[in-house]
Amino acid sequence: MTLTEFVIATVVKILVVLGLFSALAGFGTYLERKVLAFMQRRLGPMHVGPYGVLQVLADGIKLFTKEDIVPQNSVKPIFMIAPVIGAATAFIALAAVPLFPEFEIFGITVHPIISDVNVGVLFVLGVMASGLYAPLLAGMASANKWGLLGAARTVIQLLSYEVVTGLSIMAPLMMVGSLSLIDINNYQSGGFGDWIVWAQPVAFVLFLIAGFAETNRTPFDLLEHEAEIISGYATEYSGMRWGMFFIGEYANMITIAFLASLIFLGGFNDWGFIPGGLAIILKVSFLFFFFLWTRAAWPHIRPDQLMWLCWKILLPLAVINIVITGLVLMI
Amino acid sequence: MFEAIAFYTFSAITIVMFTITVMSKNALYSMSALAAGMIIISGFFFLLDADFLGVVQIIVYTGAVMALYAFGMMFFDTTREVKESIRAPKLVFLLSGMSALLLVIALVAPIVSDHIEPLYPVVEGVENPQAVGIVLFTKYLVPFEVAAVMLLVAMISGIILAGKKMDKSLTLKTDGEDEFQNGGSK
Repeated sequence: MTLTEFVIATVVKILVVLGLFSALAGFGTYLERKVLAFMQRRLGPMHVGPYGVLQVLADGIKLFTKEDIVPQNSVKPIFMIAPVIGAATAFIALAAVPLFPEFEIFGITVHPIISDVNVGVLFVLGVMASGLYAPLLAGMASANKWGLLGAARTVIQLLSYEVVTGLSIMAPLMMVGSLSLIDINNYQSGGFGDWIVWAQPVAFVLFLIAGFAETNRTPFDLLEHEAEIISGYATEYSGMRWGMFFIGEYANMITIAFLASLIFLGGFNDWGFIPGGLAIILKVSFLFFFFLWTRAAWPHIRPDQLMWLCWKILLPLAVINIVITGLVLMI
Repeated sequence: MFEAIAFYTFSAITIVMFTITVMSKNALYSMSALAAGMIIISGFFFLLDADFLGVVQIIVYTGAVMALYAFGMMFFDTTREVKESIRAPKLVFLLSGMSALLLVIALVAPIVSDHIEPLYPVVEGVENPQAVGIVLFTKYLVPFEVAAVMLLVAMISGIILAGKKMDKSLTLKTDGEDEFQNGGSK
C-alpha cells in the first residue's frame, strides 16, 4: 500500500468511526430510556415519530440550539475544554480497537482498525482512564460546590477502579502472551470452547465491574448522583457542552463492550453458523443491554462502599487469580 | 515527513504546556497544563516505536497527576489565583538559567558528535513489552526489586499512619455521635 492510499484509507476510517459512533451514542440514549421504561413498566418516549424513535433528533435539536452558558466565576478556558476532552478521549480510545474481521469492498481488503498499536489493550484502557479528566476538570472549573464534590468523587473513582482493571486483564494476557487485541482475538479462534471466559471467569467478572466504574454507570455513577449532588460535575453545563459528556460516556460504554467481547467472549471469530462480523455485533449489543439492565436492577452505592469494594474485595481477588493462573501456566 | 511534522508539533505543545505549568498563577491552569504535557510526551515514545513505554507514560501520569489534583482541591480554591510574593532576584534567575543551559549542552553533545550508541537496540521480532521485561529482569533486577521493597514500605507506613480509624465508617456516623462517645454535652 502506498503512502497516499494509506492516508486516504485512514482518514476514511476515522470519519466512519466518528460518524457511526456518535450516531450510535445518540441512539444509545433512546435505547436506554426505552429499556429502563419497560423494566419499570412504563412506555418511555412515545410521541416523536413512530414508537418515539425520532426522540433522539428532537433531543439533538434541543441540545444544539440551547444557550451555551458559561458561569461568571468559573475558570473559563478549562470549563470550556473539559467536555471536549470527554468526547475526544472516548473516540481516540476506539482508534486501537479492531471492530470487525477483515472484509473486502470494491476489491480492496479493509482492516477495520484505525491504528494497529501492538499494545492495543493498554492503549485503550490508558486513554479511557485519561478521559476521566473531563469530569474532574469540569467539576473543578465550574466554581460550584456540587461540581467540586463531583470532581473529588472522580479522583477516588479513578484511583479505585484503575488497579482492578489492570490486574483483572493481566491473567488473560498471561495466557495469550501478547498485548495486541488482534492476537487476543486470534487466540480464541477455535470456537465456542476456546473463549477465554471459560478459563478466566473471575477475571471476566472483575473486568466488567471495573468497566462499570470506568464508564461511571449505575451502580457506580457517583460523579453525578442526582439524589446527593444535583448533577455532580455537570451541574453548571448546558446545551452541547453537556451533550458532549454524554456522547463520551456512551462511546465509552460501547468501547468497554467491544473490549470485553474481544478479550473474553471470542471476539470477531465465527460463532457456529454466525459469521464473525455479526457475532461481535450480537455480543456488543448484549453487553450494552447488560449495562442498561444493571441500571434498572441495582441501586447506587456510596463512594466509601466503592473504595471498600475495589481495594478490599476485588484487588485481592484479582491478585489471587493472577497467582493461580501463573501456577497453572508454569506446570 | 510525517514524523518530522509530528515531532515538531509535539515539541512545541510540550514546551508551551510546561511553560504554562511554571508561569501560571492559577493552580488549575498549572495542573491541567502539567497533565497535558505529560500525556503529550507519550507522543515521542510512539514516534520512536516504543509503544509500550508511550502507553505506560499515559497510564502512570494520568493517575499520578490525578492525585496531584486531589491535593490541589484540598489546599487551594482552584478557581482563584494564588498570591505569590515574587521579588525576582536576578542571581537566582542567572544561576538556574545557566544550569539549565549546561544540562541541555551536556545532553546534546553526544548527539552532535555522533558518539551515541544504543545499549539495548530494538531487535527485530522481539516486541516492546518483552524487550523491557528482559532488561528489567536481568540487568536491572536489583534496582527493580529494591524499588518494589521501597514501595511496599511506603504502602505499609501509609496504611499505619492513615488507618487508625479505618474500621469505622465516617458516612455511617450520625450527627453528634462523637459528643456522646466523648461523654460531653452541649
